[in-house]
This record gives sequence, C-alpha cells and structure tokens, in this order.
Amino acid sequence: MFEQLIIILLISPLVGFLINGLFGKWLKGKEKLSGGIGALAVLVSLICSIIAFVKVQGGTTLPNQDENGIVYEWISGQLLNESFTFNIGFHVDALTTVMLLVITGVGFLIHVYSIGYMHGDAGYTRYFAYLNLFVFAMLILVLGNNYLMMFVGWEGVGLCSYLLIGFWYEKQSATDAGKKAFIVNRIGDFGFLLGMFTLFAAFGSLDFVSIFDNAEAGNFQQVFGASTLVIATLLLFVGAVGKSAQLPLYVWLPDAMEGPTPVSALIHAATMVTAGVYMIARSAVLYNIAKTGVVVAWIGVLTALFAAIIALKQNDIKRILAYSTVSQLGYMFVGVGVGAYASGIFHLVTHAFFKGLMFLTAGSVMHAMANELDIRKMGGLRNKLPITHATFLVGALAIAGAPFLSGFWSKDEILHSAWGAGGSSIAIYIIGLITAFLTAFYMFRLIFVTFYGKSRVEPEVASHLHESPGVMWVPLVILAIPSAIIGLLLGVGGHDSWFHHFTEKVAGFKGEALGSATPFMIISSIVGLAGIAYAWTRYKNRVPSTEPTNTLQKLVANKFYIDEVYNTFIVQPIKNASHFLLWKLFDTGIIDGIVNGIAALIRVIGGTLRRLQTGLVQVYIVSMVIGIVLFLAYYLFFAN
Amino acid sequence: MQLGLEYYLVLSALLFTIGVIGVLIRRNAIIIFMCIELMLNAANLAFVAISRNLGDPDGQLFVFFVMAVAAAEVAIGLAIIVSVFKHRETINVDEVNSLKG
Repeated sequence: MFEQLIIILLISPLVGFLINGLFGKWLKGKEKLSGGIGALAVLVSLICSIIAFVKVQGGTTLPNQDENGIVYEWISGQLLNESFTFNIGFHVDALTTVMLLVITGVGFLIHVYSIGYMHGDAGYTRYFAYLNLFVFAMLILVLGNNYLMMFVGWEGVGLCSYLLIGFWYEKQSATDAGKKAFIVNRIGDFGFLLGMFTLFAAFGSLDFVSIFDNAEAGNFQQVFGASTLVIATLLLFVGAVGKSAQLPLYVWLPDAMEGPTPVSALIHAATMVTAGVYMIARSAVLYNIAKTGVVVAWIGVLTALFAAIIALKQNDIKRILAYSTVSQLGYMFVGVGVGAYASGIFHLVTHAFFKGLMFLTAGSVMHAMANELDIRKMGGLRNKLPITHATFLVGALAIAGAPFLSGFWSKDEILHSAWGAGGSSIAIYIIGLITAFLTAFYMFRLIFVTFYGKSRVEPEVASHLHESPGVMWVPLVILAIPSAIIGLLLGVGGHDSWFHHFTEKVAGFKGEALGSATPFMIISSIVGLAGIAYAWTRYKNRVPSTEPTNTLQKLVANKFYIDEVYNTFIVQPIKNASHFLLWKLFDTGIIDGIVNGIAALIRVIGGTLRRLQTGLVQVYIVSMVIGIVLFLAYYLFFAN
Repeated sequence: MQLGLEYYLVLSALLFTIGVIGVLIRRNAIIIFMCIELMLNAANLAFVAISRNLGDPDGQLFVFFVMAVAAAEVAIGLAIIVSVFKHRETINVDEVNSLKG
C-alpha cells in the first residue's frame, strides 16, 4: 500500500515529462494545457506526499514489517566471492517526507507561477518537460533506499539544472553558465562516486539501513585502516560541496541565474542545491561515528560569511539572491556539521519557502521591468508593485531573522547548536552571528534600493510598470504565508519543538540537551534588526555608487576575483594542457603521426616499386623468361 | 632410316628459342607476333613427335586445340595491332608504353 503510494508519487512527474516532452509539437500554442499538465503532475505528487507524511506522522515508515520498500532488483552479481545486490527501493522516514513536502509543495507553486511567467516563450512545452523531469529526479534522490539510487537522482537533477540554466540557448552567457554548472558539479560528483566506492568496499552494500547498522556495530572492512569512515564521509562531503555550492566550488551558482527565474527559485534555491545537506543528514550515522562534522561546519560557516560579504556589493537582483543562497546553504552545513541535523533540515525547509518566495518576487519585478536586473535602475517600486513588495518584504524579514518569522527560528537553532557543540564551535557561532548581521544588511539594501526612494526607472519602462497577473502573484502570497509562520508552527521551543520530535527517529539524528534558547534569540534578533537599521541609514535615499572607491570595496565588488583566479590557475592551464599536450602533441602529433606515417611509408614503397612497370612489354617478357629459366634450372638440377 | 625422337625435340627447342629471342629483341609488333606463332608451332612439333613416339594420340589431339586457339589469337592480335596503328601510326612496341607506372 505504502509502496504503491510512493510509486504513484514518483511516476507522476515522469508522466508529465513524457507528455510534454514527446507531444510538445501538438501542445504548441496550447500553453494552458501544457503548463496545466506539468502542474497537475506535481500536484498528484504533492497529494501523495501529504498522505505519506500523515502515514509517517502516524508511525508507519518504509521499510516496515509488511513492506520492504524494494520494488525491483536492479543489479546483482558477485565480486571477490561476495554477492551483492542493488535494488530500486524506497526509504521513507520523517526526513524523506519533509523533503518530499518541500519538493512537491514549493515545486507545485513554482509550476503554477511558471504558467504565467513563461507566457509566450517559444520553448514553453520544453520548459515544463524539463521542470517535471527535474522533480522526478529530485524525488528519486530523496526516496532512494541506497546511495546508488541517490546518485542516480543526484546526476538527474544535475542534468536538469544544466538543461534549465541553458534554457535560452541562443544566449552565449546562458550556455556558458550551464556548462560551468555542469563541469563544477562534475568535480563534486567525482568525490561522491569515490565516497560510494569506499563505502561499497567497506560494507559490501550501498543500502542505507545495512550500512548504518553495520557502521554502528563496527562491522565492516577497514579498507583505509581506522580512518575508513573519515575518508568515506569526507569524500561524500566533496559531492555535497559541489552540489550545494560551498567553498571552493560555489562559483557555478551565481552564474546559474542565467536560467528562467522560476528555475532559480526551484532548483537553485529551494531544492537541488539542498541535496548536499540532505545527503549529509541522511548519512548522519556515518558522520557521527567519523566525527568529520567539524570540517563540514567550518566549510559551511566560511562559505556563509564569504558569500554574504560578496552579496554586499552586488547590483544584480538575482545575483544578490544567489549569493544569499550560497550563504544560507553554509548555515545549513553548520547545522548538520555540528550534529544538529534536525536544525539544519529545518533551516532547509524555511529557506526553501522564503528563498523560493524571494526569487519568485524577483521574477515578478523582472516581469514588470522588462527583464531589468540592475537594482540601480529601479527604485520606488513599492507603489507600482504592492503585492510583490509586500511578499518580498516578508521573505527578506524572514531571512534577516526578524523575530517570530521562519528564518528567525531556524537560524537561531543552528547558531544555538553551534554554541553548544563544544570545541572550536564558539568561533563558528561568532562568524555565524556576523553573517547574520551582513545578511540582514544586504537584503535590506536590496529592498531599500529597489522598492523605496525615488524612481530611477527609465521612462519607456515606467509606462509599462504593472503588477503581475494572478497566476503569478497568488503563488507569491501562498509562499509568503509559510515563510512567515512556518517557524511559529513547527519551530517554537527550539530543540524541543515539534519539528525535532517529528524527525528524532531518523537514523543518526540525536537529541541535544542545550540550555535555554532565549538569550540566543535575543542576541540574534538584535543583530538582525541592527543590520536592517544600518541598511536603512545607508540606503534609505541613496543609490549604490557605481564605482567602488577603495581597494577593499573593489575587491568585494569583483567577488574577490575568485572567477579570475580559477580562470588563471585552473581553467587556462587545463585548456592549455588540452591544447598543447592532448591536441597538438597527442592527437595531431602521435595519433595523426602514426596514420600519416603509415601512409607515407606506403607511398615511398609504391614510388619505388612502380618503376618496375615500364610499359615496355619486352621488359615484362624478359622477367618472365628469366623466371621460367630459373624454375627450369631448379627442377632440372636441384630438385632431386 | 628412321629419325630418332631426339632430332625432333632438338628442332623443336631450336624453333622455340628462336621464337623467344625474336620476341625479346624485335621491336616490330608483327614480327613479335610471328615469333609467338613460331613458339606455338615448336610446341606443336614436340607434341606430335612425342605422341608418335609413345603411340598415344592424345598429344596430336592437343595440337588441334593449339592450332584452333592460335587461329583465334591471330585474328584478335592482328585486329589489335591494326587499331594501335590507327591511333599511333606506329607499331613499334617501345613507343607503345602508355601503361608506364
């Protein structure tokens, strides 16, 4: 029963993908139908997810006594006299249902929003086909009961991300950004693969349940001695760093904003980029044993700070949000890194709502402004776009940690856990707090410059300024509600909240006994509000200066020249090596050299031999006669 | 007095050798052609002589075949020489060397 439910949940977006993908030609011009099919497919998944959630809430998980969750034996064989099996199977517990609700819930709203946003686009059906395929791949990622299935979904979402970033493939910058995302992710995926190999070598299986049970019992091959699990978890973390855009592999995410804005909201804010956090939370048992969480937490907090600093000086509305996403993902890694898995996942949930909301409002602004992205050319938009402004404000307040909104609860839990985790974690707490201040500052800089002050909109754009159609603003309002209140519903009580109790049975999630959260909440609130106030004093009536004035500002405005550094020290050497070693030396030198050398040899031999063919009949006859004479001589005198 | 087999074979070898030398050293296509005929007839002579010596008519049978083939060959060969002459105004085989590699 549960299995069938999950199968319907999983297959529905695939059906949507097949319909839009295969019959796009017939659906051309029927936008409502095409988009409707896409949204309906996700709605079915959403309903199934809610049913699954109710079941899990009632204590039924998958696998359970009646159903093992395995629907198909995919690969089986023998390796070194050990038989192994990889199954297509599902693992549904509290963590999975939380992810399912985020993916299908936010996903459904974004599908609906896209019906309006993509209106008139030439690739309308293609867009919905990709979007459904993405949801399908993401569902595989979170539903799989083994690392191999997770990897299949992991690659699937990577593919869809690539396809959707480069959706407007006529634009050079879009295709470049797509390739960049794909290649940078490849580095992470390589780490994930190596991590999987290590786990397989150690445990002889990739099933979550069997790996976690054996890991806790210490019952596995020490393929790398005592540090087997350390190496495995760190390699898995490399995969998470790539997918979730952490230092040093974050560079693809800001560029990924070349895709359509709803894609940025769904894939590059709410769901796909959080896959790394999910993977670490899923592997919580391993991280608990290996004690590698501290690496995760430090990478996370440094990323959070670094991305927040870069966001301070950006002027492109979507890039600010992109760096903000990188920064918030850093918070999630702090959460799962210090062992507060539930808090990290809680932040994942709240972030999915408020960041998805902010991307969609950014899309609404772009829609009104004829695709203008530069906040310096906006200003005073709150009168023209009241709903957009109000919903964006909710999202910004939530991310800034304004009291009682969703981000306040989740971010505070993470900081609180960081404080209590011991070791170097107080430094993490302080950096996290600084980041919280910066977050509030850059987000309200964006708001004040965009929605307040004098209008700097160009006249011909200004005459068309309009609020978005209902199909777009209704999802905004629906998303704004959980962004505001989900913290109050699920997060009150910090580590004793409903959310923590719901997820406490997930393998490896540990309850934390921490002191009162109240002082931390007060500090966080003060820091957040201070950031907002500082932004108010600086950008209330001021446009961000175009030219950076000093070296530090220049450094930040140019994103610390990280892209340039990567380009100089990694991309160019690889390109040069490919050009000179692989192409010039190996391809044209060795491979072509062998082929051309053989041809030249044949030519020389032929050139020599053809001189025998004189065209004089008598020369041929002479050689024949000589031959006959030789044969005769041989048989007459030597044969006997 | 009856001539022994060896006389015939020596004559045959002489005729054959004359034919080979003629083919090798003459430049006129018709002469070369006649030398080929000479070699064929040398062979015929050897056939007939050995056939009679052995009392077996098979060799004489072969001679008829050779003569028939030679007749056909003469017809085609002469036709080729005529058409070469029409194209080139020469039947000197040294000048007919367009198959040079």
